[in-house]
Amino acid sequence: MDVHWTEYLPPLLEGAWVTIRLTVFSTLLGAILAFAAGVGRLSRNAALRAVSVAYIEVFRGTSLLVQLFWLYFALPLAGQAVGLDLRIPPVIAGILALSLNIGAYGAEVVRGAIQSVHTGQHEAALALNFTPRQTLARVTIPQAIPEMMPSFGNLAVQNLKDTALVSLISLGDMTFRAEQIRNFTQDSVTVYSMLLAMYFGMALVLTAMMRGIEHSVGRWRPVRS
Amino acid sequence: MLFGFEWDLSSPLAFAVSILPMLLTGMWVTIQAAVLGFALALVLGLVWAVLKAAPLRIIAWPAAVVTEFLRDTPLLVQLFFLYYVLPEYGIVLPAFMTGALALGLQYSAYTAEVYRAGLQAVPRGQHEAALALNLTPARKFTHIVVPQAIPRIVPAMGNYLVSIMKDVPVLSVVTVLEMLNVARIIGDRTFDYLIPLSMVGAIYLVMTLIASAGVRALDTYLPKEGIPLK
Repeated sequence: MDVHWTEYLPPLLEGAWVTIRLTVFSTLLGAILAFAAGVGRLSRNAALRAVSVAYIEVFRGTSLLVQLFWLYFALPLAGQAVGLDLRIPPVIAGILALSLNIGAYGAEVVRGAIQSVHTGQHEAALALNFTPRQTLARVTIPQAIPEMMPSFGNLAVQNLKDTALVSLISLGDMTFRAEQIRNFTQDSVTVYSMLLAMYFGMALVLTAMMRGIEHSVGRWRPVRS
Repeated sequence: MLFGFEWDLSSPLAFAVSILPMLLTGMWVTIQAAVLGFALALVLGLVWAVLKAAPLRIIAWPAAVVTEFLRDTPLLVQLFFLYYVLPEYGIVLPAFMTGALALGLQYSAYTAEVYRAGLQAVPRGQHEAALALNLTPARKFTHIVVPQAIPRIVPAMGNYLVSIMKDVPVLSVVTVLEMLNVARIIGDRTFDYLIPLSMVGAIYLVMTLIASAGVRALDTYLPKEGIPLK
């Protein structure tokens, strides 16, 4: 079959839009989870700490594809066993698996960055009679964020690459569309070259955006004396 | 029946016990793929690191672009590319080998960075001292630089071995019978995905916890200032 490569573009771009939305949603949700678990791990509350550690270890210690398949294939059966309807559509399973996974990696970044804030800052906040909550929100986290940004940039690109896996639970992302085109035309070289180039381009744009954010939060960095 | 083992559907516990040997057969494939991919990544990464450090920009620049490309594109897509495109050029590899090659290629971009960072962390004074002592460049490299870079490089590489292990399930899409694929086949045939997939998760957790403990032990065992030669 002779199809010109430009005819592949409309379906691929349609898939690209799905990939972009997946990346954005799961990165944002992942960032929320990362902050929750990263702060939770340093909490004085033992139960909160245990939950955070368990979450981080489970999602960092197992494979993303296993997590995705578990949510998509096993969770409905687990729900059935206890009499709940836990069937979730592929798009929810995809976003959940991606954000839970990246959130666990991000939590370790958040923890490391918070711990790197100078203890004098905590002492000063205490001396100024800040509550622990105020210290965390007004003193510790604003100074920790610039430390996190380079690692968050890497994780965002990691997450973009990981979205390709959702094609395996029949979500119509860029990789899924490329698979369909390949099945139809058998023109593997062109389709996959275009697909690789599109992911590369997206990753470059994402990296540039994360650098932009990194630059704009750089002013929160404490002045070292 | 799978790999000559029979499953027992009489109770959930009996089922879990009966499929364990099948999953462990898959785990062995997972470990083999991870180790082979890792070995490839170690060698290729070193090649990239040397090329990127080349004084000639016509060599260094393409190497930088290639590694950036390998790092920024999904493993799954690289795997599909190799699996469907290599045969068109007459290179027919078994699925397992294609998978190990994809893992090795993707991770070589990461290991190249580890080599670079490890070698650059050796203080400048060490290079100057070697020069002052009239050591040849080869001797400086093998006796001064490498022994001091190893404590930084080895634990980082260990972490990538753990990462590779977690990426092996992607190989199931090209029919490699690693652990996740085995669990899915069991699920497809018995209509019970919950137990096999949960067991794969648990086995992964045990594997990575052991491997991470090993990496930490290696990190404490290796002397920070370098490997003594005599």
